[in-house]
Amino acid sequence: MKKYITNFKIVGKRVFNETYFSLTLQHPEKLPEIAAGQFVEVEVPGNKQVMLRRPISIHDVDTDSNTLTLLVQVVGKGTRTLSEMSIGETLNLVYPLGHGFSIEGKKVLLVGGGAGIAPLLHLSKCFSAKGIKPVILLGGRSASLIPVQKEFEPYGTVAFATEDGSLGEKGLVTQHSLFPADYDHIYTCGPTPMMKAVARHALSNGIECEVSLENMMACGIGACLCCVVDSDEGHKCVCKEGPVFNAKRLTNWINK
Amino acid sequence: MLETKIHNLTLKNPVMTASGTFGYGEEFADFIDLNRLGGIIVKGTTGERRQGNPYPRMAETPSGMLNAVGLQNVGVETFCKEVYHRIKNLDTNIIVNVSGSSIEEYCKTAAMIDDLDNIPAIELNISCPNVKKGGMGFGTNPDMAAQVVSEVRKVYHKTLIVKLTPNVTSVVDIAKAVEGAGADSVSLINTLLGMAIDVEKQRPYLSTITGGLSGPAVKPVAVRMVWQVAHAVSIPVIGLGGIASAADALEFLMAGAKAVQVGTANFIDPAITMKIIDGLEDYCKRHRISNINDIIGII
Repeated sequence: MKKYITNFKIVGKRVFNETYFSLTLQHPEKLPEIAAGQFVEVEVPGNKQVMLRRPISIHDVDTDSNTLTLLVQVVGKGTRTLSEMSIGETLNLVYPLGHGFSIEGKKVLLVGGGAGIAPLLHLSKCFSAKGIKPVILLGGRSASLIPVQKEFEPYGTVAFATEDGSLGEKGLVTQHSLFPADYDHIYTCGPTPMMKAVARHALSNGIECEVSLENMMACGIGACLCCVVDSDEGHKCVCKEGPVFNAKRLTNWINK
Repeated sequence: MLETKIHNLTLKNPVMTASGTFGYGEEFADFIDLNRLGGIIVKGTTGERRQGNPYPRMAETPSGMLNAVGLQNVGVETFCKEVYHRIKNLDTNIIVNVSGSSIEEYCKTAAMIDDLDNIPAIELNISCPNVKKGGMGFGTNPDMAAQVVSEVRKVYHKTLIVKLTPNVTSVVDIAKAVEGAGADSVSLINTLLGMAIDVEKQRPYLSTITGGLSGPAVKPVAVRMVWQVAHAVSIPVIGLGGIASAADALEFLMAGAKAVQVGTANFIDPAITMKIIDGLEDYCKRHRISNINDIIGII
């Protein structure tokens, strides 16, 4: 899949709370095919403290308007600077990067936590386009930390788990009543302990499982070898071989 | 206008890519015409496959980054059997960075690369700060540096570039020692040994605690060392360290480098090398310079 380096214009911005915001970016020309789970490397303009691009997963793609949306959690200087950008400003992206989710299975569960819900919207739409309605289980410490909720509703059965019980069932996603059902594929993105718990459940029950990792990156294209995960075949670049991996390749990582 | 020479190699222009920042070149093929480059220094290659250091391996620092990759690579045999055949027909100088932990390992790797028709040179890495044994150890002592170079010289018959570490008291002494041992060229600088601490987590950012600093932060140190070495040796000097623009490249050329390598800047703009080549052409036109060699070493 060919990669591009190109400018996008910010045409939409939503601020959900102090932690989460989204930017909708438009390109003047037709977008290439973008797989769910792929990401962009964004140049952060106007902050001398930030030199490297920031890897951010693609939340949504609209091929009619040539737009893509990034759902971003403010975690440091780079994402804070991005959160201060306005509609009309330009962002330079290297994209689409990495290896996305496979769109397979008939009884499908998507499990997202925190910022990890970002790639699951595009993934839900990809399943929906194939006539499959997944169960979409989204978790967070409280309702306000699950920034995107109703956007998922047209594409599957949406359920929530919050640690404080402010939305959906109280507890972790892995304690949710819909979690242990008879799925053939589970797709997950979110905090590492959550993904490991989901993957362990899947592996021990013979369910196909794909996890999307989020390691620190420099280049995003497999050149610097900084973002490696300790896979069962040795160190693999999350940016190039991932960010989505079949859990079977990561048993070292899952059990560590 | 931009053509330059390093020993027996003719470079279309002085712009090469630095080892460890450009993979095997293939990673950048979507963004640039690799054949426009003066050369590609491919990833540090060792006698056996290496897994490198544990994650986390990088941290962003002011105008730079620390890395501690630790020479993760497929090993020389897989390089010769597989990687070489994917890249051998590129119309540029493909140079292999040869790394190791012992003189025997350096010699084994160099001898195998010597047999590859389309690899006109190696860059002997006696300066990697991120491996426990060898690496930078060879490059910090003039006698050890001379010893490894003279042993490799016996088994390697093409252009031998030696990459120097800045983590020494006198880089000139090391440069003279490797010149005396038979090096055809020196490249400098490798990364500066550095460290950064995450104060919230109260632990270092890197799994190895220390790592190599690169990026614009190191450029003035690199220019100074290139200038010192270029005045002290008669073999060609290749300059690198923080180059991110044509003006940066010109600083190194004026300080005495016959060619330059672009490293960390490739991570920020994968097309940066083309912009630097275009910028050098533009500079020569603006200053009515018909041959880039006319400004090399003018300081």
